[in-house]
Amino acid sequence: MRTDAPLADVDPIDTTTVVTGSATPPHRVRAGSSRAKRRWISIGLVVLLAVISIPFVFPTWWMATSSLKPMSEILRKVPTLWPENPSFDAYGEVFRLQPFAQQYWNSLYIAVIVTLGTLLVAAMAGYAFARIRFPGANALFLVVLVGLLVPSEVTIVPLFRLVNGMGLINTHWPLIVIPIFGAPAVLSIFIMRQFFLGLPTELEEAGRMDGLGRWGIFWRIAFPLSRPALAAVAIFTFLKSWNLYLEPIVYLSSKDMFTLPQALTQYVDAYGGPMWNVQLAATTLTVVPVLLVFLFAQKQFVQGLAHTGLKG
Amino acid sequence: MTTTAASDAAETTERRGRAERPPRPAGAHRRRAAATRGDWIVGYTMVAPAVLGALAFVIAPLFAVFWFSLHDWNVLANTFVFSGTENYERMLSDQGLHDSLLASLWFSIGLVVLNITLALFLAVLLNQKLPGTTTFRTFFFSPVVVSLVAWTIVWSFLLQADGGINGFLSLVGIDGPNWLRNDFTAMMSVIVVQVFKNVGMNMILFLAALQGVPEEIMEAARIDGAGAWRRFRAITLPMISPTILLVSILTIVGSLEVFAQIAVLTGGGPGNSTTVLVYYLYQQAFRFNDFGYASGISVLLFIIVLILTLIQWQTRKRWVFNEN
Repeated sequence: MRTDAPLADVDPIDTTTVVTGSATPPHRVRAGSSRAKRRWISIGLVVLLAVISIPFVFPTWWMATSSLKPMSEILRKVPTLWPENPSFDAYGEVFRLQPFAQQYWNSLYIAVIVTLGTLLVAAMAGYAFARIRFPGANALFLVVLVGLLVPSEVTIVPLFRLVNGMGLINTHWPLIVIPIFGAPAVLSIFIMRQFFLGLPTELEEAGRMDGLGRWGIFWRIAFPLSRPALAAVAIFTFLKSWNLYLEPIVYLSSKDMFTLPQALTQYVDAYGGPMWNVQLAATTLTVVPVLLVFLFAQKQFVQGLAHTGLKG
Repeated sequence: MTTTAASDAAETTERRGRAERPPRPAGAHRRRAAATRGDWIVGYTMVAPAVLGALAFVIAPLFAVFWFSLHDWNVLANTFVFSGTENYERMLSDQGLHDSLLASLWFSIGLVVLNITLALFLAVLLNQKLPGTTTFRTFFFSPVVVSLVAWTIVWSFLLQADGGINGFLSLVGIDGPNWLRNDFTAMMSVIVVQVFKNVGMNMILFLAALQGVPEEIMEAARIDGAGAWRRFRAITLPMISPTILLVSILTIVGSLEVFAQIAVLTGGGPGNSTTVLVYYLYQQAFRFNDFGYASGISVLLFIIVLILTLIQWQTRKRWVFNEN
């Protein structure tokens, strides 16, 4: 590949040694030893990575396997890595103690609507701020950007008052409308704008030649082309909504309205102690589907996130 | 005057028209102006949801929270009385608030330092041509997609006195502490749990940046005899510094917003040792129904975030490498 590659890079030389088997001995020894050294370094690094990955992987593993154990086994001093007598009893309890299916559905549909809404709002605003010249665009962009400086916790009191005043407490409206239009969407708008700034103008010019108006150019050309950025925004937004905790506990009060993060903390016995196996079963039910989706779509997922214009 | 303006306009249209367009006839100019006005309408329509949303759910609440903070406002008692700077005076002498600021400070420092160092370390390791990097990348990233509360619940069990961590420690003869019941270890636990949860995200952003570092420069440095550490210090770090800046802003601001982890893992305890600012704000507003005082704390939180972001933005020139 590189013509000026230094000879010290032994890999190609070594291959020839293997192929021809007739390299000069001194050279071979030197190359071989540095290669061996490098291999030991590689092995060391892989072992290091494996050790570091334990706290990342073990909790999920332990959660899923423990949900199949009876309480006595969960509470054993040294955890068992695999249940001795797997049973799904705890899963039945999950649905008996709370309207868990309903709560699951709540979280899912809220996250989907918030994601779709954010995609639309952010793509439109990002496109207009990147590509359309209209008076006051910069000022309006600054107005939107303020959202980056305002953590949603700062405005929780006035927003609670607003929601309360509109009689929307214990409904899902605040969990849907505020994330789509409020501060949580600003990062998405910013990402979309960065993406559209980098999109070649020629494509739009071609659309204009074909007689498309602004909306047509946006819908038929720019929006479909922005799929990588849309994917990143979709992932961000879905996870954020799926993880939302403060807002649901502030806005929602009845169990059939709860979202999953809120519901998970409700599996306690009469004395307020956690019912571990039930709680871990419920937790497994919320984690495993998302994890499976991630494992299947991992490549797009990671690329999508890396490819956000966030690279700066 | 008019001629220069006209020629200016002609020049810009020509430049934007990218040469393949013939010079426009006089009538076309007017058509273009009309199209621009049409563009304005489209532009305003497209940004309207975002701008109106920002006004309704960010700007207006921000003004409202300033206004509320000047009031004595108990929701249960239904009192809303102007009290001037009383809430702010109370903040000056409120030991609970001071504790929570200190807790937030420790949490932020611990989280940012651990998170960014570990993320960078992992990214550099995974950027090598090692076997299994894709698998390890999946491992380190997987907690990011695990829901926050779920992750925290599992760790809250592992960190109990008779939980899994101490179980494993007892295998090697160590009598582990009751992690969540001691001021220092409780704070450490919250930090570490959060680091494992999110470090994968920063790792991916760093990996993307590392892959943008030109191989040629590295090669040249290698020929000049620069060792691995030297190459990292002199080339890699400066070249990925914009990403480091961005990631540290996101991580610091994120660290100030931590709530669910605290609520699930320690409930702010033991004592007040892990009651961070947002948790204290939540308690004042929704446990003690003191919305006026909570608004004052919100204003404080906003000012802290604002100052931190501005400082980082201002100092970026000193440590962010600029390609131009």
